[in-house]
Amino acid sequence: MSVQPAPGIVDATARASLWLQPHRIILIAVALALFAAAAFFMRWDWIPQYYDLALQGLWRTIWILVVTVILGFMLAVPLGLAQAAGPRWLAWPAQAFCTVIRGTPLLLQLWLLYYGLGSLFPQFPWIRQSELWPYLRQAWPYAVLSLTISYAAYEGEVMRGAFAGVPRGQLEAARAYGMSRWKVFRRIWMPQAFFRALPTLAGETVLQLKATPLVATITVVDIYAVASRVRQDTFIVYEPLLLLALIYLIITGIIVFAFKKIEARIPVRVA
Amino acid sequence: MLRGLFNSVQIAVGAFGIGLLIGTGGAYGKLYGGPVMRDLLEVYTTIVRAVPELVLILLLYFAGTDLINRVLEAMGYARIDVNGLVAGIWVLAFVQGAYATEVIRGAILSVPQGQIEAARAYGMSPGMMLRRITLPAMLPFAIPGLANLWLIATKDTALLAIVGFNELTQETRTAAGQTKAYFTFFMAAGALYLALTLVSNVIIARIERWSRRGTPSVAGGGR
Repeated sequence: MSVQPAPGIVDATARASLWLQPHRIILIAVALALFAAAAFFMRWDWIPQYYDLALQGLWRTIWILVVTVILGFMLAVPLGLAQAAGPRWLAWPAQAFCTVIRGTPLLLQLWLLYYGLGSLFPQFPWIRQSELWPYLRQAWPYAVLSLTISYAAYEGEVMRGAFAGVPRGQLEAARAYGMSRWKVFRRIWMPQAFFRALPTLAGETVLQLKATPLVATITVVDIYAVASRVRQDTFIVYEPLLLLALIYLIITGIIVFAFKKIEARIPVRVA
Repeated sequence: MLRGLFNSVQIAVGAFGIGLLIGTGGAYGKLYGGPVMRDLLEVYTTIVRAVPELVLILLLYFAGTDLINRVLEAMGYARIDVNGLVAGIWVLAFVQGAYATEVIRGAILSVPQGQIEAARAYGMSPGMMLRRITLPAMLPFAIPGLANLWLIATKDTALLAIVGFNELTQETRTAAGQTKAYFTFFMAAGALYLALTLVSNVIIARIERWSRRGTPSVAGGGR
């Protein structure tokens, strides 16, 4: 996206001097000065008090992100497959599902599940007596469910394109080799589609990270909820939010970096 | 709820429009601006696209209203209560602007160089070139990305519910809380959002066809 084309082979020192132009040094100095000013003049004395809570929140954010991305992707594969190659009676519901989920705000879906389903469930005695009831009374299953569904719907659309983009000849060749349909899927279709979808998946995962603070609205204590709580307890408005923004920036950086690493390992050249 | 929907649409339209202006300016700055301008815009788009909208909305909402009031006080005016609608529009526009910058930058880059050079050779002023050549020529490339942005804008308005603004989602929750019929109301709100999306899709398809008029079809093109 914003990566400029590499000008041939440039050795590391030349690249560093290209990057460190005079105006950049000034900008970096300004940024450092702003950072130092923020560190000195703003109030950070609340940090030790909320340190443990913040770590817990951070852990919960990452946990929700990882779980929903994995579960969502597992759902997205059949969704994409159904739309790309399935019979009409499978393709149509899958498409409807993706359209509906992508057409409504995630916040609404989350509240629909939590407040809507959450208010319906207690009316049924057999649900209250079931083994799952202790979980259904908590907020996080709804959070995980709605984030998973949302990721699955967006990714289903991406995977549809990716599955459809694999050249037909390759699949036919695999069939001609006598591979079973399942083997073709596992060895040819799925890996190629996955590689094609990978850059988009990276972007979608960042979007998913940016969706996680919504779970704070249904009382799941993630890192965002911790920041809100600091704000309510101490009436310090900016500092927690700025720190929060910094944390999200760092997590985004890690996600992008991880996907770049995976992408670099792709053995094939996608034309 | 219909009032909420109206508010939502109003915010989405406002934010999208201002976001487009920011995006066009930003894209121009990124492509033709000086090195400092370029780096600053890079920082802007990177940060806005990496930090959750919710956090940005809170930050800008509080910081923005606070800043305006401080400036007003410094200038000797009384504090004003910033209108939620206006604040919402500006905050979302700021977010949209970052995404629009990237979309429009990409679209301008896909305009064939020769067209812009030809326009320059005709002696067009930069403003005229922008109006007559660059904008119309990049439109077909930008429409899919901008359409996505518009849909995001409509859905991002739901986030303003968290700062207590009475848009569709917030109105729904209030109504649902009063009647205890959570499920029905949220379903209805979902249907409204979905209708908004579907209607937008139809309109976008029409606009795209209009913007592509006169360009060779790219049937089978890998996009």
